[in-house]
Amino acid sequence: MGERGLRLERLEIAREGRRLVALDALIEPGEALTVMGPSGSGKSTLLSVIAGAPPPGFSVAGRVLLDGRDMTALPPEARRIGILFQEELLFPHLSVGANLAFGLRPHVKGRAARRARVERALAEAGLEGMAERDPATLSGGQKARAALMRMLLSEPAALLLDEAFSRLDAALRGQIRALVFDTARREGVPVLQVTHDEADAAAAGGRVVRL
Amino acid sequence: MVTAAAGRASRLPPLAPALTVALLLLPVSAGFLGVAAPSLGYMPALGGERLSALPFRELFAWPDLPRAVALSVLVGLAATAISLLAVMLIVAGWRGSRAFRALERALSPLLSVPHAAAAFGLAFLIAPSGWIARALSPWATGWERPPDLLIVQDPWGLSLILGLVAKEIPFLFLMTLAALPQAQPAKSEAVARALGYAPLTGWFKTVFPRVYRQIRLPVLAVLAYSMSVVDMAIILGPSAPPPLSVQVVRWMNDPDLSLRFRAAAGAMLQLGLVAAALLFWFGLEKAVAALGRRWVEGGGRGGGAMEGWLRLLGLALAALSAGAVFAGLGGLAIWSFAGLWPFPDALPEGPTLRSWMRHGPALAAPMAETLLIAAAATALSLFLTIACLEAESRHGLAPSGRALWLLYLPLIVPQVAFLTGLQTLALAAGLDGGRGAVIAAHALFVLPYVFLSLAGPWREWDARQALVARTLGAGPGRALFAVRLPMLLRPALTAAAVGFAASVGQYLPTLLIGGGAVRTVTTEAVALAAGGDRRAIAIWSLAQTAAALAPFLAAALIPRIAWRNRAGLRDG
Repeated sequence: MGERGLRLERLEIAREGRRLVALDALIEPGEALTVMGPSGSGKSTLLSVIAGAPPPGFSVAGRVLLDGRDMTALPPEARRIGILFQEELLFPHLSVGANLAFGLRPHVKGRAARRARVERALAEAGLEGMAERDPATLSGGQKARAALMRMLLSEPAALLLDEAFSRLDAALRGQIRALVFDTARREGVPVLQVTHDEADAAAAGGRVVRL
Repeated sequence: MVTAAAGRASRLPPLAPALTVALLLLPVSAGFLGVAAPSLGYMPALGGERLSALPFRELFAWPDLPRAVALSVLVGLAATAISLLAVMLIVAGWRGSRAFRALERALSPLLSVPHAAAAFGLAFLIAPSGWIARALSPWATGWERPPDLLIVQDPWGLSLILGLVAKEIPFLFLMTLAALPQAQPAKSEAVARALGYAPLTGWFKTVFPRVYRQIRLPVLAVLAYSMSVVDMAIILGPSAPPPLSVQVVRWMNDPDLSLRFRAAAGAMLQLGLVAAALLFWFGLEKAVAALGRRWVEGGGRGGGAMEGWLRLLGLALAALSAGAVFAGLGGLAIWSFAGLWPFPDALPEGPTLRSWMRHGPALAAPMAETLLIAAAATALSLFLTIACLEAESRHGLAPSGRALWLLYLPLIVPQVAFLTGLQTLALAAGLDGGRGAVIAAHALFVLPYVFLSLAGPWREWDARQALVARTLGAGPGRALFAVRLPMLLRPALTAAAVGFAASVGQYLPTLLIGGGAVRTVTTEAVALAAGGDRRAIAIWSLAQTAAALAPFLAAALIPRIAWRNRAGLRDG
């Protein structure tokens, strides 16, 4: 096994010939790199590119490698890179449990086993017994935790955060932030977050790149 | 449908847009050839071996031609101008009011009522023996018998214009409602009001130019449609002579096949008339724009009595449009249950089920045919629309203005001008229409409505939902079927309902492509126009309306039931 972690190799994103983002970095397992910049600086585009869905109209150069494997030509579903947005984006037509089951990898086989795994994940996030609930009826903090658990059940090898905490109110923000970064450190997952909030960068505790 | 905007390599070429373009373009151009050739005397299957000017000479020798042409042009321009004016006045003067919300609620049923049913309903209202005359007789008019007045089918086409306006106001209103958010009227209105402009004047000076730019194609479609409409013109329009399009269909359906050359020449003339009217309209747009700019530069703040009168005019036109359709349907319902109904009684004896028992059994087969054709044409259109939109999302394509023109092509090229050509080609090739051909022809007119109706909600959908699904390990197919389509269930069903209603209302494609062998409730209802059996007409028109309206009810109900426990989608 070669290198571990998320490597952005001379990654450059440009629009209409104007360079927006240029990054060359290795994010090691459990490390969190923060990219800061004003809105319109291409932060979200950077994450879309790494996730494998570059928006039309942008040109991309360089490579994305995860644990030594070149991801550049792979579609998003083959990259094992999870993403959390400012909005939780729980699927509104599925129950909370079905949302988590959507993320759960297919190698967990059998209805009972899958259901048990979802229940355990809900319990870990303090959402016991909420599997049948309509996501629209959850509180902001519950939604954020459900979205996090859905993403973790897909066993991502890297994690992207797009202003993931900015919509939560101050009390909740610290709690969810700690949950995400602690989990990432424990699981040894490299994290790349983009934000305009200095407190997010401080909580991540890693390097900070300013655009 | 789309052109590439991104340099991203795609693994699969987007097949669906190409297929859709072919579906839209091929029949229209083939039909054009099928009209152009016989109009110049060439159609070996009918004995036309050499090019000749005879068809056009015969056409121009028809003494009623100038009048038929004038009718086509006047009816088209008047119906378009009045409908557009009414919708703009309503939107400018009444947005946010109770009347406006009532009109919004009435929109779906108004749109779904087929043109033929609306025309019959209107005819039953305004005819000399219709409801209005009965309500006023004999106490106000002194009429003991229906007066000998040519109100319906009047020689100037006024009742035809009224019928068209009643049906085109809802269409333009819907298109304007869809265009409004992008024009951001609230901000401009606030600025204009702060600068001292009266509401209506401020709206026309700031918002109208942006809204008109977006509803331009629908307006052109209304103009082309109103000039060349056939079913409504048979019911409400004058008959001696009728508007040109109706005469072309008469020649087409004449047992004397040699008249088809003249019909082709007439269809070419109809195409030329629509082209000329569109050019005239473009000139009108330029003139109005120039006058408008001067008006804006003048800085007049408007207001005063004039503004109040204009608002009232808008409301009156909209109420007239909605009222004509709804009261017309009410009239049809009463006729269908009417026993003896002598003039000038306001209500008939009865109610009785006699008419329903007499005509009901005959409804079954054409109704089944109608539903089958509409379901097939709608399914095909919905499939192509979703495939096109999904290709657009997957390949990062951006729709171009030209693609939109293409989509409107079947709605702007007059039906008589290419459907008659398709019929002639089928005859030459020895094919006889049949149900499959009729379904394909319907799809040509259903697809634009389905696409226009679904494209907006599809493109507004938060694409990050798809990205989340993909990063969770779902392939593009699962992201489409398990996430995007369920979330877009409501707009997809609404688009299907719009398409279904469009198919139910089709008269000419069924008549011409089906070669008379395919009988739907619409062809049967229009065929009754020549006779005078009001009870039969009422029953067939109501059956037609029910066929068009039922899918709208389903489209409203199904998401409510499927998502009864999903607050995020219930009201969305």
